Amino acid sequence: MNARQAGPYWLSAPALAVYAAFLVVPLASIGLISFQHFEFYGGIQPGLTLENYRAVLGDSYYWEIFGRTFAIAVLVTFFCAVLGTLEAIVLYRMADPWRSLFLLVVLGPLLISVVVRTLGWALLFGSTGLINKAFLTLGIISEPIQFMYSTTGVVIALVHVLVPFVVISVWASLQKMDPAVERAAVSLGAGQLTVVRRVIVPLAMPGILAGSVMVFALAASAFATPAIIGGRRLKVIATAAYDEFLNTLNWPLGASLAILLLLANVVLLYASNRLIERRYKAVFAESAA
Amino acid sequence: MSKNNPLALVFHTLFIGFILAPLLIVCVVAFTPLGYISLPTDRLSLRWFAAILDNPRFISAFWLSLGLGAVSSLIATALAIPAALAIARNRFPGRDALSAFLLSPLMIPHIVLGVAFLRFFSSIGINGTFTGLSLGHVIVILPFALRLVLAAATGMDPAIERAAVSLGASRFTVFRRITLPLIFPGIVSGWLLAFITSFDELTMSVFIANPSTTTLPVRMFLQIQDTIDPMVAAVSALLIAGTLVLMLVLDRMVGLERLFVGKSRRG
Repeated sequence: MNARQAGPYWLSAPALAVYAAFLVVPLASIGLISFQHFEFYGGIQPGLTLENYRAVLGDSYYWEIFGRTFAIAVLVTFFCAVLGTLEAIVLYRMADPWRSLFLLVVLGPLLISVVVRTLGWALLFGSTGLINKAFLTLGIISEPIQFMYSTTGVVIALVHVLVPFVVISVWASLQKMDPAVERAAVSLGAGQLTVVRRVIVPLAMPGILAGSVMVFALAASAFATPAIIGGRRLKVIATAAYDEFLNTLNWPLGASLAILLLLANVVLLYASNRLIERRYKAVFAESAA
Repeated sequence: MSKNNPLALVFHTLFIGFILAPLLIVCVVAFTPLGYISLPTDRLSLRWFAAILDNPRFISAFWLSLGLGAVSSLIATALAIPAALAIARNRFPGRDALSAFLLSPLMIPHIVLGVAFLRFFSSIGINGTFTGLSLGHVIVILPFALRLVLAAATGMDPAIERAAVSLGASRFTVFRRITLPLIFPGIVSGWLLAFITSFDELTMSVFIANPSTTTLPVRMFLQIQDTIDPMVAAVSALLIAGTLVLMLVLDRMVGLERLFVGKSRRG
C-alpha cells in the first residue's frame, strides 16, 4: 500500500485509537463482569457464570420493570409519531417567517438539558399543580389526576422530550417531496384529508418510521425523566441499573441489565434500519434523482 | 402547496403550548419572592438568582461543566476533522464500517456507557477525575462533531483543491488556505453542538462524577431528587436563557433542522 492509499487510515487513526481504548475496552469489560459472581463481602469474583442473567430473567420483579419500560416506550412512541407527524405537516404548509420561527421553537428544546425540561414538568404536575388547577377550572376533569410518580406523568414528560425527533425526521422527508404531487391530487378532486392521508403520510412514511424508531430506543433507555417524575418506586431498566450500581453496589447484576438493554437497542436499531431501507428503497432512489 | 385549515392551526397552537409550557413555568417560578415553589402573584423577585451566587456547589459545578465542555469538545473536534476528511474525500476498503463505528456511540444508551466507564475508570484509577469525565464526554460527543464536519467536507467541491495544487500550492498550504476555510462553518457548528451536548449530559456523567467533580446537570439532578426549590428553577432559567443565545447562533450558521438531521448537504 502506498502513502496515498494509506492516507485515510492515518487520518482516522487518532479517533480510532481513542475509541478502541475508551469505548471498546470499557464495553468489553462491562460485558465480562456481567458474567461474574458477586459477593456482598468479597466483591466481584473471578470465573464465569450465567447467574446474573438467570437472576434478572427469572425474577418477576425485573419482568415488571421490563414490562413497564416497554409499555412506556410504546406509548411515548405512539404519541410522538402521531403528534410529531401532524406538527411537521402543519409546519411544512406554513410560509416564512412563521415556518422558521416555529421550527426553531419545536427543535430548540433539544438543546436544553433534559433535567431542565423534566423539572418544568415536575413543577407543572406537582409543586404548583398548575395542570390540575387548569383542568379543574375548565371542567375537563372532576378530581385531580396523579401525574407525579405515575406512568401517565412519565409518558407526558417523555413525549415532550422526544417529540422533536419525529418532527425533524418527518420534516426532512417532506423536504424531498415534490410539491407537484400534492397539487396533482388536489386537481384530481382530492379533499384536504385525503391529500394528507393518501399522499403526504405515505410519502413521509420513511421519516415517520425512522423518527419513531429513534424515539422508541431513547424512551426505552431514558434515565433522567423516569428518575425525576417516576421517582423511586416507578422503576424502569435505566433507573434499576443505576440503583444496582450506585446503591446496592452489585455491579455484575447491574451490568447484566445494561447489557440486555444494549442488545435490545442494537438489535432494534439495526433491524429497523434494514427494514426501512429495503421497504423504501424506491422512495429514496426517486428522491435522490 | 395548500394552506393550513383552522383545525390544523388549533392543533399547532396546542402543540406549541405543550412544547413551551414546562420551559415557561420554570422561568416564571424562578422569579418568586417566596421561600418555596410558587407562582409569583403580586411582585417579582430576584432573590433566588442572588441565592445561586451564595451557593458554591452550583457555582463550582457550573465552572466544571464549562471547562469540561470546552476541553472535551475541542478534543472531539480535533479528532473528528481528519477522520471526516478521510471519509468524505476517499473511497477505501472499510470506509462505511469506519464511519458507522465512529458514529456508533449515538446508538448506545448513555446508561450503558455510564456503567462501562464507571467500571473501566475505576479499574485504571481515574474514576471521578476531570480526565475520566473528559474521556467519557469525548466518546459521547465525537459523533455530533463528526456528522457536521463530514457534511461540510462532503459538500465541498474537490475541483477547488485541485486548482490550488495545479497553481503550485503545497499540500499544507492547500489544507490551510483552501480546505480549512471551506469546512470552517461545519467545524464551528460541530464544535458548538459537541459543547452543548457535553454541557447538558447527565445520564453517563452521573456514574463517573464524584462529589468534587460534579457537573452542573448532575448537581441539579441530585438536588431535584432531594427537594425541588425555587433556586433550581432559577439555575434552569439561566440555562434556558443561555441555550437560547447559542441556539440562535447555531440557527444562523447551519439551520437547526440540518443540525439534527445531519444529512450531507452543504453547510
